[in-house]
Amino acid sequence: MRVALFATCVNDALYPSTAIATVKVLERLGVEVEFPAAQTCCGQPQYNTGYRRATEPLVRRMARAFEGYDHVVTPSGSCVAMVRDNYPRIGAKAVAEGRGGELADAAASLAPHVHELTEFLVDVLGVTDVGAYFPHTVTYHPSCHGLRVLGLRDRPRRLLEAVKGLELVELPGAEECCGFGGTFAVKNADVSEAMGDDKIRNALSTDADVLCGADNSCLMHLGGMLRRQEAPQRALHLAEILASTEEEPLR
Amino acid sequence: MSGTYLGMPSFPEAAREAVHDPTLRGNLRHATHTIRDKRARAVAELDDWARLREAGKRIKDHTLRYLDRYLVRVEEAVTAAGGTVHWAADAEEANRIVADLVKATGESEVVKVKSMATQETGLNEALEAEGIRAYETDLAELIVQLGGDRPSHILVPAIHRNRGEIRDIFRSEMGEWGRPAPEGLTDTPAELAEAARLHLREKFLRARVGISGANFMVAETGTLVVVESEGNGRMCLTLPETLISVVGIEKIVPTWRDLEVFLQTLPRSSTAERMNPYTSMWTGTTDGDGPRTFHLVLLDNGRTDTLADEVGRQALRCIRCSACLNVCPVYERAGGHAYGSVYPGPIGAILSPQLRGTGSEIDASLPYASSLCGACYEVCPVAIDIPEVLVHLREKVADQGGKGHRLEGVAMRTATWLLDHPAALNAGERLASRTRKLHPKRLPGPGAREWTNSRDLPAMPPEPFRDWWKKNHA
Repeated sequence: MRVALFATCVNDALYPSTAIATVKVLERLGVEVEFPAAQTCCGQPQYNTGYRRATEPLVRRMARAFEGYDHVVTPSGSCVAMVRDNYPRIGAKAVAEGRGGELADAAASLAPHVHELTEFLVDVLGVTDVGAYFPHTVTYHPSCHGLRVLGLRDRPRRLLEAVKGLELVELPGAEECCGFGGTFAVKNADVSEAMGDDKIRNALSTDADVLCGADNSCLMHLGGMLRRQEAPQRALHLAEILASTEEEPLR
Repeated sequence: MSGTYLGMPSFPEAAREAVHDPTLRGNLRHATHTIRDKRARAVAELDDWARLREAGKRIKDHTLRYLDRYLVRVEEAVTAAGGTVHWAADAEEANRIVADLVKATGESEVVKVKSMATQETGLNEALEAEGIRAYETDLAELIVQLGGDRPSHILVPAIHRNRGEIRDIFRSEMGEWGRPAPEGLTDTPAELAEAARLHLREKFLRARVGISGANFMVAETGTLVVVESEGNGRMCLTLPETLISVVGIEKIVPTWRDLEVFLQTLPRSSTAERMNPYTSMWTGTTDGDGPRTFHLVLLDNGRTDTLADEVGRQALRCIRCSACLNVCPVYERAGGHAYGSVYPGPIGAILSPQLRGTGSEIDASLPYASSLCGACYEVCPVAIDIPEVLVHLREKVADQGGKGHRLEGVAMRTATWLLDHPAALNAGERLASRTRKLHPKRLPGPGAREWTNSRDLPAMPPEPFRDWWKKNHA
């Protein structure tokens, strides 16, 4: 079983600790992980802002970088949704525009192999207890792409519930969008901020130590607001909680 | 569409005021969450909801695929049943036809059933200009009309008004239009409803011309269908001598069997009812029963253009239930007026820029008025993939290169170049990491300024992941 990590551009540049945690969890479970250095970004920002043609070189790059791997694992639901939902659309539009089936083939070859981290752990490895230890109160925000496009359902919760010492508390209005939305956060900054405010008000009402998510782009928005407001709660990616053990606890 | 909204600022600008109005935010939050929860319960009652949704989608797609034939069938059936069919290419033509028909009756006032199509064409204003007064008879539309206001929701157009405001509008305006509000009117719902009932009764009994839209047109028999809750529609559809219905060409369903699907999904999606209180159906005219003259105005107004777009055409499946508005986090904060159209919310964000084109500032900004969270698609009873259409329309807007998009295009293509050259990307990442102590908390410049207004930037890590990997694994 050849497994590749797709770190994602956001994690590579801004949250390497999440990618490192993903490697640690997978290795702890006996999975040998590779990191193909040709990988960069799935092209989601370009595509969702209306620049489909500028996304195409990245579709080709992704397919090339991960060619030959049985599984490509990534700690980002929205990047998986991009590959699974939008790559075939990009391929189909290129075909419709008379530019051949190369992009459609690239999409079709890659999409079935890409898994969001919790999907890979629960569905492929069949594990919910990953041997983690995290003695804190945690509330979980299911990001929209994971929730509605991928249908992750209770996978993240089951993983969190199996973490030793962790107390999971319900997030009111959990299924509501946090207001990040990529370039939406700056194009419609007032509405984005209002949505983020409501989300963190709900998160703080739980008195949890940690606001956990499985998508660092949403957490960049929420964590940025929490820190700006000097709130007594921090945003943390699920992978980092799963990587924390009694021997090597996350501080 | 109507010129009413010409000169609207872009969505973010129009939304700003609503976002910072705590009363409006509170009203909208309370109202949308209440309807949202009720709808979820009403839908959960049906085991075959997913199949009804799929059936609705397929019926609509089939009808749109063969719309040319079904339209002719409707015309034949309505004509055979004693009605007269008119074709209107745009709002202006539709308004002209209706105004001429009303004038031919010699009347100078009409009563109206709540209708999105006639709001879309700006019919009331057009009739006003011809000296014809159009009275809205739906309670919420009456509130909007008396208040000289604009609707902010498809189903509950006065959602932005609270009871106190409604009482004040009734007290000060009803007398101008007909029977004044009763003395000492309070803001209790029962008293407000009674005041509206008394005010409207007079109009129902006097009016000789009624104007409506339709929720559906059944092609096989030429039957029109209006679903409503208050009974005002039934009054307008049965009491006047002349009935004029203005209906978008996409409202057709081929058969009565198809109608059955939507009569289940529409009420549950819109008012969270198993069945709406009044369902009125009429086929042409009937001697001694209801209007003696019936005119159907079939309205295009951008629909054919929308139909030509392979991705965008799914918006024409819409049955105007407004479930997408009630779950939309952006609508909840921005309110309906910011969308600059009679169609607000997620469906408006894909419908208005298609019906009107993306030339104006507001229409070019609407496809971006969404975080793409997908809640709208999830509740849509005809499975319109609104996020897919939004992104598709963003591409059109970006391609036309208007305000801000030229620079953005350069930035996006530069980012792609960088991301397609990992060595250059890595050099950039290292530079950012090494200079991390120098990064300020708030940044200037478009994008960065908006981000750092309310959020701290993430703390830069000491090194990017790919460097950690090289040291530890490679």
